[in-house]
Amino acid sequence: MTDEKISVPPLRLARRQFTKAALAATGVAAMGLPASAILAQTRTLKVGMLLPRSGFFAQAGQGCQRGADIAAALLSENGLRVELLNADTESDANVARSRAEKLIGDGAQVLVGAFDSGHTAAVAQVAEQHGVPLVINIAAAPQLTEQGYRTVFRNFPTSKTLVRNGLALMKDLFQATRKTPATAVCMYANDTFGQANKAAVEALLPQLDMPFRVLESINYDFAAKDLSAEVAKAKATGADLVIASTRANDAIMLVREMVKQRYRPMGLISPGSPGFYDDQFYKVLGRYGDFVISNVPWIDPKSEVARRIETAYRKEFPSYRYESDAFNVGFTFEAVLVATDAARRAGSTDPKALLQALPGTHLPEHVMIGAPIQFDPKGQNNGVGSAAVQNRNQRPTVVLPKSSAELDPVFPIPAWQGRS
Amino acid sequence: MSFSVPPSVIATGVLTGLVYGLGALGLSVIFGVVRVVNFAHGEIMVLGMYGAALLAQHAGLDPLAAAPLVAAVLFAGGWALQRGLINKLIGRPEHMQFILLAGVAMMLVNLMLMLFGPEAQAVQVAYAFDSFELGPLVLDKVRVYAALAAVLVAGGLSLFFSRTRLGKTIRACADNQLGARVVGLDVPRLYALTFGIGSATAGIAGCLLTLMVDVRPLLAPELTLLGFIIVIVGGLGSLTGALLGGLLIGVSEAFAGFLLLPSMKSMFSYGLLILILLLRPQGLLGKSS
Amino acid sequence: MSALSSDALSQAGAGLTARGWRVFGVWLAALLLVPTVADSYFLSVLTTLLWFAYLGQAWNVMMGFAGQLSLGHSLYVGLGAYSAAALFVHFGIGPWAGVWLGMLVAALAGAAIGVLGFRFRVRGVYFALLTIAFAELTRIGFSHISWLGGAGGLFLPVSQRVNNDLAGLRGTPAMFYYVILVLTLAALLLCRWLLGRRIGYYWQAIREDQEAAQALGIDVFRYKLAAVLISAAMTAVGGVFYAFFYNNLFPEQIFSLSRSIEIILDVLIGGIGTLFGPVFGGFVLTPLGELLTWSLDRAGINIPGAKQFVYGGVLVAIVIFLPDGIWPPLARRLGLTRASSDPVRSSEP
Repeated sequence: MTDEKISVPPLRLARRQFTKAALAATGVAAMGLPASAILAQTRTLKVGMLLPRSGFFAQAGQGCQRGADIAAALLSENGLRVELLNADTESDANVARSRAEKLIGDGAQVLVGAFDSGHTAAVAQVAEQHGVPLVINIAAAPQLTEQGYRTVFRNFPTSKTLVRNGLALMKDLFQATRKTPATAVCMYANDTFGQANKAAVEALLPQLDMPFRVLESINYDFAAKDLSAEVAKAKATGADLVIASTRANDAIMLVREMVKQRYRPMGLISPGSPGFYDDQFYKVLGRYGDFVISNVPWIDPKSEVARRIETAYRKEFPSYRYESDAFNVGFTFEAVLVATDAARRAGSTDPKALLQALPGTHLPEHVMIGAPIQFDPKGQNNGVGSAAVQNRNQRPTVVLPKSSAELDPVFPIPAWQGRS
Repeated sequence: MSFSVPPSVIATGVLTGLVYGLGALGLSVIFGVVRVVNFAHGEIMVLGMYGAALLAQHAGLDPLAAAPLVAAVLFAGGWALQRGLINKLIGRPEHMQFILLAGVAMMLVNLMLMLFGPEAQAVQVAYAFDSFELGPLVLDKVRVYAALAAVLVAGGLSLFFSRTRLGKTIRACADNQLGARVVGLDVPRLYALTFGIGSATAGIAGCLLTLMVDVRPLLAPELTLLGFIIVIVGGLGSLTGALLGGLLIGVSEAFAGFLLLPSMKSMFSYGLLILILLLRPQGLLGKSS
Repeated sequence: MSALSSDALSQAGAGLTARGWRVFGVWLAALLLVPTVADSYFLSVLTTLLWFAYLGQAWNVMMGFAGQLSLGHSLYVGLGAYSAAALFVHFGIGPWAGVWLGMLVAALAGAAIGVLGFRFRVRGVYFALLTIAFAELTRIGFSHISWLGGAGGLFLPVSQRVNNDLAGLRGTPAMFYYVILVLTLAALLLCRWLLGRRIGYYWQAIREDQEAAQALGIDVFRYKLAAVLISAAMTAVGGVFYAFFYNNLFPEQIFSLSRSIEIILDVLIGGIGTLFGPVFGGFVLTPLGELLTWSLDRAGINIPGAKQFVYGGVLVAIVIFLPDGIWPPLARRLGLTRASSDPVRSSEP
């Protein structure tokens, strides 16, 4: 064995999470949004944040919280102050429910959350039962806007939309690189999100006329310690393309196993799931993580609002990686934006007034790629788009659509061994 | 659906199973002698994993090199746990010991959660992505090294129990506690030693596991259950039984994962556990009592 | 017989003194009046507390009375919940009918475990492992049943809680609170009734020394099975409540081992085998947990795992210092129960 150093991502002690937003004193410049015609004295909008700051989804949850903190700083102006009431759902649906009850009891006028569909469902019930609006920042299960709730508004695509956009981007990828896989194998984490994606892929494949044939669908336990048998199974199919719907750690395990088993498909693409652009992913996999593609909603590089957020983020959280957080920060910011916009238009922070104003939301200036934010009668925003984000030099880089691309896509992926 | 499983999958199952088997060895030793079902087994293993991770980060030690130090610390911890806490419950109903250890397990898991957070953390050795290629077999280096170390440690333990005086004394104590006391053996001291040895073994297994699996606190309950399954299937109190049980579980999960739906592969292990509990509770290699 | 059965009752700390009755009365009155003054968060905490107390009581029947350690009780909670929920979601059948199916399914599962376990002489810790194995099998299995939502979960439709629909179990938090309160009281009554009958006496004999009881001619198998069935059915009712209160079910959570352990914490702290132990335990642990969370919130820090760490510590302390739980010695000290012999324990080795 050579005397190469062992690399370990810092095994830091868990960061103590502070529940009060600390950005107010930092002097980050306010947004300068169009002022309301009525310059009332400062009203406070109490936004209840329900995020998984601990537990399985802690990384993502903490990223969302940073987005919320930035939103509170940038959106407090023109007579409206945003006050965040933060609660940790602990990545558990029951805790989410009880925290939601608590926040409403503490005076939250609108709720934002909860990153995971299961938790969001629990929170949605509480919101509906109390008549308090819930603006979903991130959660893809279609049921959330299909159950007939009057108080739920989702500024995030359903898994069907995610997968539709994801598959369409795959077609664009094959066209752009002039390489088309004939066969594919799909791998899904066996949880709410993974199964919703699976259902969407199976429904949409025949409709969208994709050029590849799916040889096998592999369900794996998202909390599995070890994905060696699953990857061996995928390898045994001999498929050209691997489509994987992952969460966080399973993404890392998946790629690691593929390297160890010398399984190099033409590509590894996510149809709309996270994991491949997480900070931890780059830290553990280094150069082996490059060239993996995630077809996910992304920050619009052309958005002015996004630029301000990036500036605020880099100033406020210099030790964190903006690119890995951008997704979570962006959607959470947008959720708070939707809430404050409704409050301004309603001229009131009362939940009933907010509920009246929310359906009329129309925000052309926002953060993520897609059409202006607006909601259909079910409370769903159908205009959120996706981009193909490829890991290049251990950085998530937009490669499609061409109009927003920073680099050209690389497909098929180069060999694992011998990467520099 | 073809039933052929690539040799690599089987081989990986064998290697993984050997490491889990080593972990179960610690559990088996404790039960065989002290007659305490260590519900905190997984937690001790995960402590070993975090020990290896900390040493890797701060001292640049490969987990294989860190194992002796981790073993020593956990030996002391296990010894203290037995002497200080569990000893108080000898003679109480069995389920109370079980529950005490469940409480200890709860404390340990959440302590780790408080200290390290819930995210999985990996220890990257230089050869983390390398594999041996022997014909059709592709074997990851980390698994091979870990399995070799596991076999070595198991062999060492076996020699300890069969050749050394202390080892034989401990075995005597296990076979006949009353007789041991009559003959004048210091049973509480032997118990503490055994618990220490069992914990140290679990800790070493943890170090080896760090090479293959990312460490997170909530891995502990899973490892406890896995340990129980292996030990019961293989046979409580039998060293070879623990390794055999580990192999069996490792290979069967590999098969099940490959041939069936991977997310269901644990069902197989639990089914096996139920069958053994009903039909042959002493396990495959255990002695009928 | 009456002398012997009253022994079983007093052993369970069920005989209240006059003062004990007064305290009970005050406690009950307070619980009945809570919804008039409490906010919805406090009410939801109390509801959860009572739910765990109820489940602990159900578990207690199997363990505390008949001495069978079950660490897989989440199985019955889940079976009850899913049965009633499935009937509601797919066929529109309400919970008052669905609960019968829930109890039946749970009892069948209990019977399977009981028959297999007892016939094959699986005892003590091995039996506990058997129960864990069954719960885990079911958990993984349900994660793959798409008709029940699979891993993605089963969602019951909800609506705004303005009206109270007791028949459909849809309504305000106060309504649910009263339902679980009534359930908990009913469980107490049922347990007291059982303890006073012959079956309570037989359970005591089995718990103390199973072989001797068998030798005396008691049909050990039948009474152990009865304990399992009653416990399972009671637990299933709690599951049905859960389904209609939370309105979403996930196999990972509802069948989990940690849920099984949560269920028995109250009982262990309060006192296994006692009548009031489980409920008392709930009223110790939950406020403790809430106090801790509140203090941490006030200090502005968030340390996940702190609450569970404290619970584990309490459990260890109780097992070592107060193995019979807090309730028996406390009740004796405060003069709430009639003097009795040592509280119930499993057979000494």
